[in-house]
Amino acid sequence: MEEYTLLRQFADSWMLLLLFAFFVGIVIWVFRPGASKEYKDTANIPFRHADAPAPLQGDDKPATPKEARP
Amino acid sequence: MSNYIKLIVLGLIVVFAAIGTNYARDLAYQVHAILVMLIAGGLFIWTLRNTDEPDILVDHSAEYMDGVIRYGVIATAFWGVIGFIAGTFIAFQLAFPALNFEWAQGYLNFGRLRPLHTSAVIFAFGGNALIATSFYVVQRTSAARLWGGNLAWFVFWGYQLFIVLAATGYVLGGTQSKEYAEPEWYVDLWLTIVWVAYLAVFLGTVIKRKEPHIYVANWFYLAFIVTVAMLHVVNNLTIPVSIWGSKSVIVWSGVQDAMIQWWYGHNAVGFFLTAGFLGMMYYFIPKQAERPVFSYKLSIIHFWALIFLYIWAGPHHLHYTALPDWASTLGMVFSVVLWMPSWGGMINGLMTLSGAWDKLRTDPIIRMMVISVGFYGMSTFEGPMMSIRAVNSLSHYTDWTIGHVHSGALGWNGMITFGALYYLVPVLWKRERLYSLQMVSWHFWLATIGIVLYAASMWVTGIMEGLMWREVDANGFLVNSFADTVAAKFPMYVVRALGGVMFVAGAVIMCYNLWMTVRKAPAKEASLSVAVPAE
Repeated sequence: MEEYTLLRQFADSWMLLLLFAFFVGIVIWVFRPGASKEYKDTANIPFRHADAPAPLQGDDKPATPKEARP
Repeated sequence: MSNYIKLIVLGLIVVFAAIGTNYARDLAYQVHAILVMLIAGGLFIWTLRNTDEPDILVDHSAEYMDGVIRYGVIATAFWGVIGFIAGTFIAFQLAFPALNFEWAQGYLNFGRLRPLHTSAVIFAFGGNALIATSFYVVQRTSAARLWGGNLAWFVFWGYQLFIVLAATGYVLGGTQSKEYAEPEWYVDLWLTIVWVAYLAVFLGTVIKRKEPHIYVANWFYLAFIVTVAMLHVVNNLTIPVSIWGSKSVIVWSGVQDAMIQWWYGHNAVGFFLTAGFLGMMYYFIPKQAERPVFSYKLSIIHFWALIFLYIWAGPHHLHYTALPDWASTLGMVFSVVLWMPSWGGMINGLMTLSGAWDKLRTDPIIRMMVISVGFYGMSTFEGPMMSIRAVNSLSHYTDWTIGHVHSGALGWNGMITFGALYYLVPVLWKRERLYSLQMVSWHFWLATIGIVLYAASMWVTGIMEGLMWREVDANGFLVNSFADTVAAKFPMYVVRALGGVMFVAGAVIMCYNLWMTVRKAPAKEASLSVAVPAE
């Protein structure tokens, strides 16, 4: 089979199915039980840490020390 | 040590550019070689003066990297005004051809200035807005400082160099004549380097985030960065004729080339002007409205639906061409389906204000953001409709297309960017508030009425033009010559240009307002909740 026909066959069948299944999977995953609570927290991310990064924790390395300007 | 490597590289670039200046086969390449030589030479001296100086180590990890964002905000406003003025000027050139001055033929005529305008507004204004806001948003929503230290500065200045090379190239005739992809091969290569650095900074910050989840705005920004990289590389696979000239030849040919160009072109709209700006919407509208996004679930579905569908919509630019029918139908169907996620996103943006609709009355910045989402909804309805083959046979190649682009670009991209700038300037320069809210209102109304004049006149002239082109007499002969349509369009062209003048006037008022905010607005009291690092 020539290359074009082969790729076209694949795109029309398995790839289409894969992409469609992936998308449907996401929609189902979004509505999984307990999602609402988690997304409520996620949606509030813009309202935290507006002025400064989260403080460093134990295993964190300080950020690159040499920079031209803040 | 790294400074020695930098000096060697910069020195080599200077020598190479000097040779290029000598051997240049065309004017655009020669001017660019001189530019690169001067910039690399300047950087060489600057690096040399800083070499072997003692390093001053300052730990900035307890603060965000806002300097580069401040520069980005200034660049956005600057390039915005330049791009709007260029657009208004070429609008007048269409109405009054005498403005194609004889003394500037071959440099400042409509054909040379049009790509300058499109690139200035899309890549210079829009691109700087996207880079600056993405750096701002990714830091705040990751609770982490930008990754890569000075790499963010390289991204900023490297992108400005790309803009200058592209713009000067167009005026001097260095263009590969592909819509939105005009820059020649060496400018494309430079942009690729800058873009990879941009991806590294953005992704690096996401990876070292302190929030467990990646906020939805970052998903949109990331899709924009990754997809634009892919589109840019595939659509610019060219072989230079000579290393000393700007001319290059694309590896694709015929209809494949056309299809790849419009796959690129439409996804420049879909990922540069839509996904990236949706990232802005998902951060700045909740911030300005002081409430979280209406539905986070919808935002996730919005994201995946949008990126799954947009990538297929390109063929609708090639109806009734050599492109096979199945491909053009595919593009049309996906364009129509795309209506759904677009409106899902619009509803999500608008409904974020539910329970706070009174802010529309009191806060002109929210008003700006809301009208921007409104224009997004309008142009994402108009677009799918125009992609339907029967409608396209009337609308394509007419001014309707230009009207559609501008209601999207001025209304959606322009207004959301203005809203973001009004939000960012007081925050970044630590001001209590904007200098004048009344000026924001003036800007809002000037811009809105300007866009309405623009879009309405283009609808009228576009449909008129399309109908005149297809009008045949009883014997089947065409009734109108092309010049007849040009003559009939004159009044609408004047109205369009006046709409442009109003839009520029609004942008100039914004620049003055932002400038005075930095200079005159009361400084914000340092918040006690923020720990100040001892330096």
